This record gives sequence, structure tokens and C-alpha cells, in this order.
Amino acid sequence: MTLFDKMMTLDRRWIFLFLAVVCFITYYGKFQIPIPVNSEVRSVYNKIESLPEGSIVFLGIDYDPSSQAELHPMTYAIMEHCFRRKLGVLTAALSQNGPGMAEQVFMDVVDSMKLPREYNGVEYPARDIVKGVDYVFLGYKPYFSLIILGMGQNFRIPFPADYYGTPLDSIPMMQGVNNYDQVAFVCDLTSGNIADAWISYGQSRFNFDMALGLTGVMAADYYPFLNSGQLIGIMGGLFGAAQYEQLADNAGLAKDGMRVQVFAHLVIILFIIIANVGFFMSRRKQGN
Amino acid sequence: MDLTTFLWTTFGIYLTISIFSFLYKDNPFYKFTEHLFVGVSAGYFVIILWHNSLAPNLFNKIITDHVWLYFVPGIAGLMMFTRFSKKYSWISRWPLAAYIGISAGLAIPLEMSARVNRQLYASMANISWDNFWGPGFLNTTAGFSDIIVLVGALAGLIYFFFSKAHTGTFGAIAKLGLWILMIGFGTSFGFTVMARISLFINRIQSMETWRVASFNTANEHYSMIFPLAFYGILLLVLAYAIVQFIKFMKERASAA
Repeated sequence: MTLFDKMMTLDRRWIFLFLAVVCFITYYGKFQIPIPVNSEVRSVYNKIESLPEGSIVFLGIDYDPSSQAELHPMTYAIMEHCFRRKLGVLTAALSQNGPGMAEQVFMDVVDSMKLPREYNGVEYPARDIVKGVDYVFLGYKPYFSLIILGMGQNFRIPFPADYYGTPLDSIPMMQGVNNYDQVAFVCDLTSGNIADAWISYGQSRFNFDMALGLTGVMAADYYPFLNSGQLIGIMGGLFGAAQYEQLADNAGLAKDGMRVQVFAHLVIILFIIIANVGFFMSRRKQGN
Repeated sequence: MDLTTFLWTTFGIYLTISIFSFLYKDNPFYKFTEHLFVGVSAGYFVIILWHNSLAPNLFNKIITDHVWLYFVPGIAGLMMFTRFSKKYSWISRWPLAAYIGISAGLAIPLEMSARVNRQLYASMANISWDNFWGPGFLNTTAGFSDIIVLVGALAGLIYFFFSKAHTGTFGAIAKLGLWILMIGFGTSFGFTVMARISLFINRIQSMETWRVASFNTANEHYSMIFPLAFYGILLLVLAYAIVQFIKFMKERASAA
């Protein structure tokens, strides 16, 4: 058996093991890699930066724990950015396991806001984030398309009360906030076809400024909506999250994982090259 | 991190390792975790659905608010369950027909607008030649990108035009369309690889948090159970690896 034949019959478990070893080594090697920022992520950041204090940002936390690796860092970065900029955060979870995700982010970001921080050279004093004043969590309802349409008429139709049972009419932040007309920006963080519903039933119907935070698997499919102006920005996968953290100067789990990404990709590219060389050389040998 | 949180986190790490053990081969640890995941997901969904939808949107409306009109969707929902009976399954077609009719009525105009019309307009956009120079040069929504979108859309459509043989100039454009599609699939593949690696990175980060917590004596809730749980899991993984290695060597010897 030649070297090329061995390449072609290499047990895939050796590849898994090698990749795992590379990931662990690069994770514990605490070096930094540069993170270039794309225009589609920068436009999301710039949009939030441009909003006047007190504006309402709608954050759709429409993902389950299976996608938290990519989408949780985005949610953390955007939510903290909104709170530091003193924007109101209105949130709903249209995925059945989303409420758990949303509550975890609120708990951690509210804790983080209790500390003074400096981001991009700007000092942000400590702030107590108050439920109902600084943020509202509407909770989960099934049939996301109908919920998106319903919220366009009035948030009180699908959500008469918030996730904790407080009627929306008695929540200070919701005074005068009826539908998307009072929302300055919608950012949906999603791992499924809820993104399609937000585009078709939300943005196209009510014509609001919208961006998507997507898992890597989905990201490429949504670039046409960026080109058509239906979306103002896209954050794709862990790289998108890392770019947002870079812009917000708030390093988190995404930036921490990017050096692993780089080396894992190099390993995969190396194996693709090896497999192709093996394949073509074996074919040439068979031809001879 | 208190003891209860630590034990749940430790259980989470055990489940993570159990799931990854499938990469070697199917085994009882993986099977247990898979079944646990399916069961917990289903149970969680039922409870969430009850508290967030059925109770506030149907039962409370009828029982507390006495809005009797809500009996109509309630009965329509119950009619769906007749599908379980061969004799009465036809009844479920009525609410299903209403549901499909409403969904189609809502979806068709909005989907047509969002996915067809707006995309067509975007493909027909005026190419701004000013964007070829200066900062808009490689912008994803201007400059050369406009040309790529236009040429790519036309070539891609021509590739799927099967009423004329793909020969000559027409064939060359179809070939370009094929290349454009391949580049699109390649991009999706690249993003997918990133997504899969991200999942693994997240698990490494989670394991690292757990490892640090196991030996953090400064933690006010620190207990000897913390490092014991760490070494317990480590021992379990090592024992599994050794057993599998011995099996592998025996199989290899018998094959030789």
C-alpha cells in the first residue's frame, strides 16, 4: 500500500482526534489574532451607535441552546451595547427554548452593567438596569409568523402581558410603545426559518430597519437580502459575533474562540489538500 | 458557584463528553444522553407551550375572562385530534383547511413581495459607476459587487434554462453560471465548517469554566466535592478510552 492509498483509507477518527488536539492547544495558547471587520457587521454597530438615548431596540432572541455557541456572544455584545448607550431593549423569544436563553443573557448583562467600564475610550459609569424601565421581555408564543404580524399591529395583541405576567399597559417602558412604528431598530438573532418570517412578515410588511444575527450555516443564504436593502446588516456565525465584540471593544466568548477557528480551518484545509492529492495520485496510478 | 450549580454543570460536562464519544463509535453513554435530550426537550416544550400559549390565550380567556368566543378556536383545536381515529379523521380536515387557507392567504402576497419582487428590483438596480473608485470599491452592496450580482444572476438563470443546448456562447455563459453556483455552495460550506467548529469551541470554553471552578478554593461555596467530581469525570473518560483501546487491539490481533 502506497502513501497515497493510505491517505485515501485514513480512518476519519484520526482526523477528529487531530482536530480536537489542535483546538485544545490553540485554545490554551493565549495569543491574539487580528479580526477584520466587514461592512455588514459595522452597519449594525453604527445603527445602534446612531440611535438617540431612549430609543427602543427590538431584540429577537429566537434560538435554542443548540445555537448558543454562535448567537449567545452576539446577544451579549449587542444587549450590553444598547444598555451602555441607554437604549430601551424590547425582547421576545419566538423559539420554544428561547426564554431560557434570553433570561440568562439578561441576568449576566444586568450584572455586568453594575460595574463601570471603558469601551473605545469612553467611560461608562455603573448602572442599575431595571426590568420594565430599561428592558422588557415579552416571552415566547408559538406560530412566529402570526406573532410577527400581530406585533406589527400592537405588541399587546400577541403579548397582553410580559414573560413575568405583568400587563404591558402597566410597564413604564411600554407607555406609548404600540408597534414597530415606535421601535427604532429590529435585530433578530436566530438559528432557523424565523429569519425568513422576520423578512417576509416583518420587514417587508412594516418596512422597519432590520439586521440579522445568524448561525454560520444560514449566513450565506441571507446576503441577497442585504444587497436588496431589506437588511441593513448581517452578523454571520462566531466570526460575526467576534467582529461585533471588536467594534464594541467588549471582548467575549466569540473573540476568545477566533484563534481556534483560524487553526481549525487551517487543519481542515490541509486535510482537504491531502485528500485531493491522494485522490488524484491514486486515480493517475489506476490510469497507468 | 454553589454546590447545586456545580453538580448540574458537572452533569452537563458529562453529557458533552458522552455526546462527543459518538465520534469514536456508538455507545451506551451516547445513547443515554441522546434519549435524555429528546425527552427533556419534549417535556420542556409542553410546559412552555402551556404557560405561554394555551393557559393565557385560551383557558384563561374562557374561564377567567368569560370570553365565550374562544370556544371556537378551542373546539377547532380539539377537532384536530380526530386524526387519531380512522372513522372520524375527516373532521380534522375542516380546521386544517381553515388553517392552510389563512396561512396561504397571508403568505403568498408577503412572500411574493419579499422574495421575488424586492430581489428582482435589487438585480435591476442602477449600477453606480462612482462606486468603482474610492471606498465603495469592494463594498458588498456597491461597486464591483453590483456587476457580480448582475452577471451572476443572469449566468445562474441561463444555467437552469434547459430548452436550448448548452453549447457555444450560451454554453459558456451557462458554465459561468455553474461556477457562480459552486462559489455560492463553497461559501455555504465554509460558513458551515465555521459553525461546527464554533460548537466545539463553545464546549471547550464550557469545560474550561468547569475546570477552573473545580479548583477555585477562593470560591465561598468551595467543597471537596468539586475536585472529586472533576477527577471522577476524568477517570470515567480514561477508563472508557482504555477499554476501547484494549478492544481495538484485540480486534486487530484477531484480524491479523
